[in-house]
Amino acid sequence: MVTLMAPDATAPTSDSSTDVRPGSDAGDTTTDLDTASVRDLNQALHDSVGAASWTVTKPGGKHSLAVGITADVDVTIEGHAGYYAAGMLQKGRVTINGNAGVGLAENIMSGTVHVRGDASQSAAATGHGGLVVIDGNAGARCGISMKGVDIVVGGNIGHMSAFMAQAGRLVVCGDAGDALGDSIYEARIYVRGSVASLGADCIEKPMRAEHLEELGALLAAAGRSEDPSDFRRYGSARNLYHFHVDNSTAY
Amino acid sequence: MTLTSLPQDDSVQVPAPDIAALGLRESATFDRATIADIQRAAATGVYDIRGWGAKRRVPHFDDLLFLGASMSRYPLEGYREKCDTDVVLGDRHASKPLHLQIPVTIAGMSFGALSANAKEALGRGASEVGTSTTTGDGGMTPEERGQSRHLVYQYLPSRYGMNPDDLRKADAIEIVLGQGAKPGGGGMLLGQKITERVAGMRTLPVGIDQRSASRHPDWTGPDDLEIKIGELREITDWKTPIYVKIGASRPYYDTALAVKAGADVVVVDGMQGGTAATQQVFIENVGIPTLAAIPQAVQALQELGVHRKVQLIVSGCIRTGADVAKAMALGADAVAIGTAALIALGDNDPRYAAEYAALGSAPGFYDDFQDGRDPAGITTQDPELASRLDPIAGGRRLANYLRVLTMEAQTIARACGKSHLHNLEPEDLVALTIEASAMARVPLAGTSWIPGAGQGTL
Ligand SMILES: Cc1cc2nc3c(=O)[nH]c(=O)nc-3n(C[C@H](O)[C@H](O)[C@H](O)COP(=O)(O)O)c2cc1C
Repeated sequence: MVTLMAPDATAPTSDSSTDVRPGSDAGDTTTDLDTASVRDLNQALHDSVGAASWTVTKPGGKHSLAVGITADVDVTIEGHAGYYAAGMLQKGRVTINGNAGVGLAENIMSGTVHVRGDASQSAAATGHGGLVVIDGNAGARCGISMKGVDIVVGGNIGHMSAFMAQAGRLVVCGDAGDALGDSIYEARIYVRGSVASLGADCIEKPMRAEHLEELGALLAAAGRSEDPSDFRRYGSARNLYHFHVDNSTAY
Repeated sequence: MTLTSLPQDDSVQVPAPDIAALGLRESATFDRATIADIQRAAATGVYDIRGWGAKRRVPHFDDLLFLGASMSRYPLEGYREKCDTDVVLGDRHASKPLHLQIPVTIAGMSFGALSANAKEALGRGASEVGTSTTTGDGGMTPEERGQSRHLVYQYLPSRYGMNPDDLRKADAIEIVLGQGAKPGGGGMLLGQKITERVAGMRTLPVGIDQRSASRHPDWTGPDDLEIKIGELREITDWKTPIYVKIGASRPYYDTALAVKAGADVVVVDGMQGGTAATQQVFIENVGIPTLAAIPQAVQALQELGVHRKVQLIVSGCIRTGADVAKAMALGADAVAIGTAALIALGDNDPRYAAEYAALGSAPGFYDDFQDGRDPAGITTQDPELASRLDPIAGGRRLANYLRVLTMEAQTIARACGKSHLHNLEPEDLVALTIEASAMARVPLAGTSWIPGAGQGTL
């Protein structure tokens, strides 16, 4: 029989919060995560009234950096971030000068997240709004269950991306992996390179003037120079919207 | 057309046969309901989707009895000596735990599955007696936040309507891994109930048959869950308690892993637990009974030294104060109710007999919650039907029912000599059947025998 061991207490506090100077409503604040804790950083960001800019140094791949931001702040993370960086962002701008882990900007509501490196799985998962820009590649399930967010990926995306994507736009300047847009609802996908395979109920659709225009605007917002006419558009065939005997193999 | 009923042919009117007089024998295996299922499947080609919970008989609290006080234990005086009922939930890591007056909470049921009036009635009834309600797969409505003094916000795989503002407004967060009615299955809401408001809250096209995800989109496994819980704590500044809800399949391991991932509260929902819409094959055949799940969850908590520190909420066919007392005696800190709360609001009320008949059902049998045509106005989005449920009167009925559950549980606890419901213990119980004895790990009545005891408990 298995005998379990008592769990560790997990309440995080750092002995030194001196490296965080919250409340300044202008100017630049630097938080060094070698000495300050993630808790200190997030609490200070939550207490901030906005219009401030923050620099986070030595992020060391820590999780949950700059999550739950509600004020109009400008955060720059100088290095790699772990899981859920900029999760549930509601305002402002988070820039990561490095790579981001699983669930980058998950459930983002508004604001902008910009990753200069690569992002792991489930980037911008369930995002309701805002813009997520990844200069490098994104892993599997990019834009899974997206609900209105716009995502622009400079490189490639992994398999099962835009799975059950409900709304919003996913732009991929490189290639897409297998089962793109499986069980997609009303989200729109633009891919410049190849698509390994399309998921259930996802089909290629014609690029009309309005699509070229919206894609052009998204690329511009992401600071990219690709030509919209090089992209193809994918979306829902809407065949799985209603339970039907002929769809039984897709359930 | 609903997926669950055959097209009615009204042209043939044959009087019901007198089965006894004809000497007809019904098959125990191919009974009439089974035959109807086969006929329905052959006619439609789609599996049956319905609401309610498992209808088959499984070992349950009915198979347990309390040992009242005797020579060696003395009872408390009813109404004179105190028997407390309050419970604190989530004080392990959260700075603002919930303090409820009674240990019976209202389980997560979505706006969408239920009408806005039904959600409001649940909030009113629960708040009146000092307990909590829970949102569901579809987000938080202002009606519900307004009426529920203690509101638990579900965090589900679909993340429909998931909003950080609502997250911060919640009194607790419940991360849903599974539901007893369908461990391993995602939500469903059929087109009839995806009205404009429901669709808007879920970002879905109006009128589609919604199949929600069964896995969370941004984490898999216990190590990820720990990081996810960390994120939710960071966003809520470590104030809000975090529950983890599991459908009972491997509750020993799931409870242990939830604790290790940092949960403040573990919710275990047995296989009989209700649902708004699930495949019947799933409801009846997946998961383990509530009775079997509790001792496994409690064992995990005890081995980790956190029983009563990480609270255990149990749900799945809690109907009476005796069920509440039995769940707590086996080690639960609180229980949650779904189906029984809907019945208290007016679900399956005989006064709608004619309308149930028109839907091919009858009071006591109605389970087409997926269909949106509930005559009682509870599991519907139809404004005319929904208006039949007066949220104030419904709330009062629910509050009455919750008071009765509490008083019944107190009656039993006092008889066992307990000054708080939490003082009930497995030693107060015996089992009526060998199966219940083995699952609940209490002796068969009149013996000291617990099948399987001493042979390893898993
Ligand atoms: C109409 C209805 C809707 C439900 N919706 C949800 C839901 O959205 N999320 C969830 O975790 N459980 C949901 N459940 C399950 C309940 O939370 C709870 O686990 C179950 O009802 C407990 O069993 P009981 O009905 O026997 O009391 C629902 C149940 C019902 C009856």
